[in-house]
Amino acid sequence: MKRLAWIEEHPIGIARSLATGLITATVMALALPLSASAKPTTPLTTEDARHLLNRSGFAASEAEIQAFKGLTRAQAAEQILLTAREVAVSNPPAWTKEPILPASKLRDMTREEREAELRLNAERAFDLREWWFREMLITPSPITEKMTLFWHNHFATSQQKVRYTKLMYDQHVLLRKYALGNFGVMLHQMARDPAMLIYLDNANSRREQPNENFAREVMELFTLGEGNYTEQDIKQMARAFTGWSIDRETGEFMFRRGIHDTGEKVIFGKRANFEGDQALDLLLKRPETAQFITRKLWKEWISPVPDEAEVNRLAAIYRDSGYNTAKLMRAMLSSDAFYAPENRATLIKSPVEFVVGTLKQFEIEPRNLRPFVLASALLGQNVFSPPNVKGWPGGEAWINSASLLGRKQFVDRIFSAEDRMEAMMNALDEMAVRSGTPPPPGRAARQQRNVERAMNAMKWDLDGWASRFNDGKGLEGAAGLATVVLAMPPREMPRGNAPADWVRALVADPAYQLK
Amino acid sequence: MKTRHTKPLQQLGVASSSASTLANQKRRQFLRNFGGAALALGSGLPLFATTDGVAWAQAPAPAAGAAIDTPYNNLLVLIELKGANDGLNTVVPFRDPAYRSLRPRVSLEHDSLIALSEREALHPSLKPLMSMWEANELAIVQGLGYPNPNLSHFRSIEIWDTASRSEEYLDAGWLARTFAQFPAPRGFAADGAVIGSNDMGPLSGQGARTIALADTAQFLRTAKLAQAGEDRRNRALRHILGVESEIVHAANKLNTNYQFKTVFPSNNFGNQVRTAAQLVASRAGIGVIRLSLSGFDTHANQLGTHANLLRDLADGVTALKSALQELGRWDRSLVVTYAEFGRRPKENQSNGTDHGTANVHFALGGRVKGGIYGEPPRLNQLDGNGNLPFAVDFRSLYSTIISDWWGQDATKILNGRFGTLPILRA
Repeated sequence: MKRLAWIEEHPIGIARSLATGLITATVMALALPLSASAKPTTPLTTEDARHLLNRSGFAASEAEIQAFKGLTRAQAAEQILLTAREVAVSNPPAWTKEPILPASKLRDMTREEREAELRLNAERAFDLREWWFREMLITPSPITEKMTLFWHNHFATSQQKVRYTKLMYDQHVLLRKYALGNFGVMLHQMARDPAMLIYLDNANSRREQPNENFAREVMELFTLGEGNYTEQDIKQMARAFTGWSIDRETGEFMFRRGIHDTGEKVIFGKRANFEGDQALDLLLKRPETAQFITRKLWKEWISPVPDEAEVNRLAAIYRDSGYNTAKLMRAMLSSDAFYAPENRATLIKSPVEFVVGTLKQFEIEPRNLRPFVLASALLGQNVFSPPNVKGWPGGEAWINSASLLGRKQFVDRIFSAEDRMEAMMNALDEMAVRSGTPPPPGRAARQQRNVERAMNAMKWDLDGWASRFNDGKGLEGAAGLATVVLAMPPREMPRGNAPADWVRALVADPAYQLK
Repeated sequence: MKTRHTKPLQQLGVASSSASTLANQKRRQFLRNFGGAALALGSGLPLFATTDGVAWAQAPAPAAGAAIDTPYNNLLVLIELKGANDGLNTVVPFRDPAYRSLRPRVSLEHDSLIALSEREALHPSLKPLMSMWEANELAIVQGLGYPNPNLSHFRSIEIWDTASRSEEYLDAGWLARTFAQFPAPRGFAADGAVIGSNDMGPLSGQGARTIALADTAQFLRTAKLAQAGEDRRNRALRHILGVESEIVHAANKLNTNYQFKTVFPSNNFGNQVRTAAQLVASRAGIGVIRLSLSGFDTHANQLGTHANLLRDLADGVTALKSALQELGRWDRSLVVTYAEFGRRPKENQSNGTDHGTANVHFALGGRVKGGIYGEPPRLNQLDGNGNLPFAVDFRSLYSTIISDWWGQDATKILNGRFGTLPILRA
């Protein structure tokens, strides 16, 4: 791999941010036992701990909440960030290690063979989604998954256009590696990521006719945000990326010198023979970039309406750190805004958070996750296939009459006392019909069998799970259950003596949609 | 815990299979009565919904739709061509030599085109629309766009959806603003219905009661899980409960009783059209229905993809007309296509086309005055980006809908006066 220009230009920044991270980690690790006195901050309450764990992960258990109760904000944030990982815990599907089908072979294939290849890749995309959902459920570092999901939404790329699912996996590895790492490095890597080069058409961009798609989105969506560049900047920047392509035989990045435009370009009023990496550095130097990303993170982690002064404070930390994302997250997760009462329960769970969170919260352990991947897709979030390069709009847009009914149906079927398995299957069928995308012949039946197997393999006992709120230990009663399951008190506290009924009432409460 | 309703749904299945031995017409009647009743009972809706359902099914179709007198009995069906349809290969300036010189590989074969005039010809996939063209029910508006065009999908569709100026950011969609200023009767099931899409487009933001759905029967089955209510603790919660209330209100008024003779295409867009037709058949009151057809962002290998998309569009619109005619609503329906922008006249290196500006769109309906409006593409006057100048502000199209179709004042909604297009018969 070619060394990155941005690192070469900023060796000190990178070294410093790495060192800071290490030192902080060490200091915190050493300081933990005595830190209660070292930092005179109010210790986290049960509700604070729940808030932190649910915003930074998926549906924390009572035990996890209790473990964080009493830590200071800084300790708690550090504890969470110490889990950060660069690779997944679980093994990816075996085919991720196989090379892609070379273009020369693809050319010689019959129409039927090509269609079979497409179907194979669509099938593999499902493998990949299941693998990721599994990872979200078993990871020791939920924040890594949340951030990987955030960056997937940020650098939105879809299997439906890229087609080679292996390349989608490779991009995912990149997103995961830098999830809490250095954004500048990630941006440079993303610009030469084969899936991205295909998705935004840069693979075909040549000197005579530069394709503007990547140049536009890298500014509008990845760094500066709308309004901070001109159409002229886009055209000039597109020239800098001509020849950034892929080798169609191996699916790897390839710089095609012959179609690259080495000429002079004018970007943001600066005139030089800019190359792609230099163009990216121009973007990283602009203060709007850190602000844009901080604002986006705010909407995902703190509240729907960013506080601009606070965004600017956090963005300055981010930029000064040389785009150390862990450092930004540490600052965000210990900020007053993060814990402000008015920002609690103000965010709507994404479908992935809703589905994975439900499985995790209630310790449902399906052997096959495909039905749940499908459920999330039908609720509006099909990972590896965002709707467009802008990603999922999120927020209130997650909830409309179709998706809200889908969510209610999902929990209704899971928590219904009778015919749970059969009803769940029917619900998934209905959702599949509703999605309006009938699977190719054969797949429907196969999927049906998968769903059946998954449901039969689902070892789960609602009464057993719920009885812990009626055993005289820890959080107790409907109110104790609500503290764990909901981000705010329910509209009506469930009555009666059966803990399983409390669960059914609380997951039907509108507050269950919030985080 | 609420009651579960699996059993009544099974009964519905039983009812339809035991009815299959009856003569066709009787069977249909039976399904309308008992299917409707079973469904309504099964869905736990208030009893009046059941009797209403039966009453609607039995009553002869009134010619002018719902009984409530409102301008919104004039139905608007919007079709978003997502990704930006290539107007130049939809309504082709086939005699303009620049068309072929700009697109040596991405132009359509002369012989395949369907000529409409000395200058314009239709893409061959749009052949099904010719019957509407010949009946004078198809208006073609060329050169729609706006000043200082934005070439980003998201920003430009936002401009179209909110009817803003290029540099202006508005929160609510133009139809949400229309319903906010001129509300539809409370008795309407909803102001608008968005079918088969998760974004509310011109109905987004405060102002309109909108339901989103993909399939009517499925919507009704699950609507029982929603509960109307209010909770003002925060904005997200208010939003969720607002959506629940809209669901309950709409579900009380919709049904799937009507058995269409029209055959709907068995693809995604065809399913959307079927759902739209079912909403209209419910006679529950809906002012706007928005459908969408995706995949028009043809940057590479455009010709085959585009031909398939236009075929889906033409087949869907044909089925929609047929269904609305069956319901006696075609004369009170206006179908309009739109998209974020057009595509660049000059082809790119990938046998596709990049983001453009001005575009052509269709308006169809029983009261449409067929013909070609606006201005043909000026391929010899491209701007610095190689894009077309616009001739007709897209807000004129909206102005036509608001003032000529609904008889309301468009000035405030559109923040200015825009001329109307003479595309409607009195």
